[in-house]
Amino acid sequence: MENAKNKTIITVLGKDTVGIIAKVCTYLSEHGINVLDISQTIVSGYFNMMMIVDMSKSSVPFAQCAEDLNRIGEEIGVAIKCQKEEIFEKMHRI
Amino acid sequence: MINIWEVNETNQMIEQENLDVRTITLGISLMDCIDSDLDKLNENIYNKITTVAKDLVKTGQEIENEYCIPIVNKRISVTPIALVGSAACKTSEDFVTIAKTLDRAAKAVGVNFLGGYSALVSKGMTTQDELLIRSIPEALAQTEFVCSSVNVGSTKTGINMDAVKLLGEVINETALVSADQAVNGCAKLVVFCNAPDDNPFMAGAFHGVTEADAIINVGVSGPGVMRKTLESVRGENFEVLCETIKKTAFKITRVGQLVAQEASRRLGIPFGIIDLSLAPTPAIGDSVADILEEIGLEYAGAPGTTAALALLNDQVKKGGVMASSYVGGLSGAFIPVSEDQGMIKAAEIGALTLEKLEAMTCVCSVGLDMIAIPGDTKSTTISGIIADEMAIGMVNQKTTAVRIIPCPGKKVGDTVEFGGLLGYAPIMPVNPYSCDAFINRGGRIPAPIHSFKN
Repeated sequence: MENAKNKTIITVLGKDTVGIIAKVCTYLSEHGINVLDISQTIVSGYFNMMMIVDMSKSSVPFAQCAEDLNRIGEEIGVAIKCQKEEIFEKMHRI
Repeated sequence: MINIWEVNETNQMIEQENLDVRTITLGISLMDCIDSDLDKLNENIYNKITTVAKDLVKTGQEIENEYCIPIVNKRISVTPIALVGSAACKTSEDFVTIAKTLDRAAKAVGVNFLGGYSALVSKGMTTQDELLIRSIPEALAQTEFVCSSVNVGSTKTGINMDAVKLLGEVINETALVSADQAVNGCAKLVVFCNAPDDNPFMAGAFHGVTEADAIINVGVSGPGVMRKTLESVRGENFEVLCETIKKTAFKITRVGQLVAQEASRRLGIPFGIIDLSLAPTPAIGDSVADILEEIGLEYAGAPGTTAALALLNDQVKKGGVMASSYVGGLSGAFIPVSEDQGMIKAAEIGALTLEKLEAMTCVCSVGLDMIAIPGDTKSTTISGIIADEMAIGMVNQKTTAVRIIPCPGKKVGDTVEFGGLLGYAPIMPVNPYSCDAFINRGGRIPAPIHSFKN
């Protein structure tokens, strides 16, 4: 359960361009954030990716990470969102 | 592990269907502030609120950012001021000074409403109760964030008709005194029967005397999500419809439960209850009336509306109760007129009348809410409307409420703007026949018998 508390879901939504995953993953590796799972789809031409990451060894606090990723998203023209995993767990698991 | 479709479903609810947590309401007991010296009392109240609630708004914002779920309001409810002020207040003006203190405290901690300028008079009024009720027009006109409520009846005590009569006058006076204000004072005043002690929703929130020193109550919302989900079961039978409502209510409530637990943990204040209500806003699509239309009515108010609302209300509770260990407050579907685009539309074209709304309140969570009426409505007529609504609550053992807004200078067909979450409303016609002799009798209506249910 301790681990689950540090799990964060990162979603990326926007127009598909070269290097989206690379940019996000570079940021994550630079800050000690471990990627646990990645899945992606293309929905009517839009790039839709979800990452489950473990922030327990992160060198930046959650709020900073969310802000940085949001800025990176703006630079490459996609929306990047960070949310703690519990909101999805609570809603979709009994 | 959570999959991408589940993540997308949740985020679509938040981004496109107005899923939000409507309010985190921090209930604060002011019992330990009581003093017979008015200045000292005011000082105690200010200090207690600004100490206990100092991190409320900040914590709310942190939770919003971490889960990307909007928490629309951060609010405070306090012990009914008629009790807190009874040792110090000798006049209605004295009570108004407390209202101003509450307003200052609300502003200092950054909440957008503070409820509890209240009196509980379901059986009788003390001198101080009456002073407070008489001070309501001035108190609401001179403050921005303070909300007031009066409980005038209950299933156990009957209805205090003296208070009902007085409140008819107070409501008209409140409308007149606040006529030049941005918000009509009546939008911040609720008259209750069977008022719950732990309601987080304004304007009727207060911190009941049965509650702990401080408590976190959370109100969830989500009419937009409900309507969107029901689109997928058009034409299906009632079993499918009810299952769908329950599942959706479960999901909505779980988000509220998460936010409540987090807020409670971070603030170090115990979690009280989740109020699992469908609370509409004026935003397009965030409407309970739209859900009723999706269930199969042309407009809210059409024949079948009461049955559809009864079904909706019941299934919301059934789904929500499983999602949270502690459910309380008003829980159900709210049917305010001005705060719901679909209700406004139905009222404008005449599909929805005051009488139909009254019938709907027999099966929904609260009562006649945010209804604009002509400014020349007699006080006794307003008291009559209140008495009818209180009787429904008393007999059916449920909470009912009246938040009715006389609009000075306005006639049926005009529109009045309340601003923000309060929305706008068409002025609705009121039955013109008199109930003067009934209201002027004085005294109280006895509690109903609890056997021979027919």
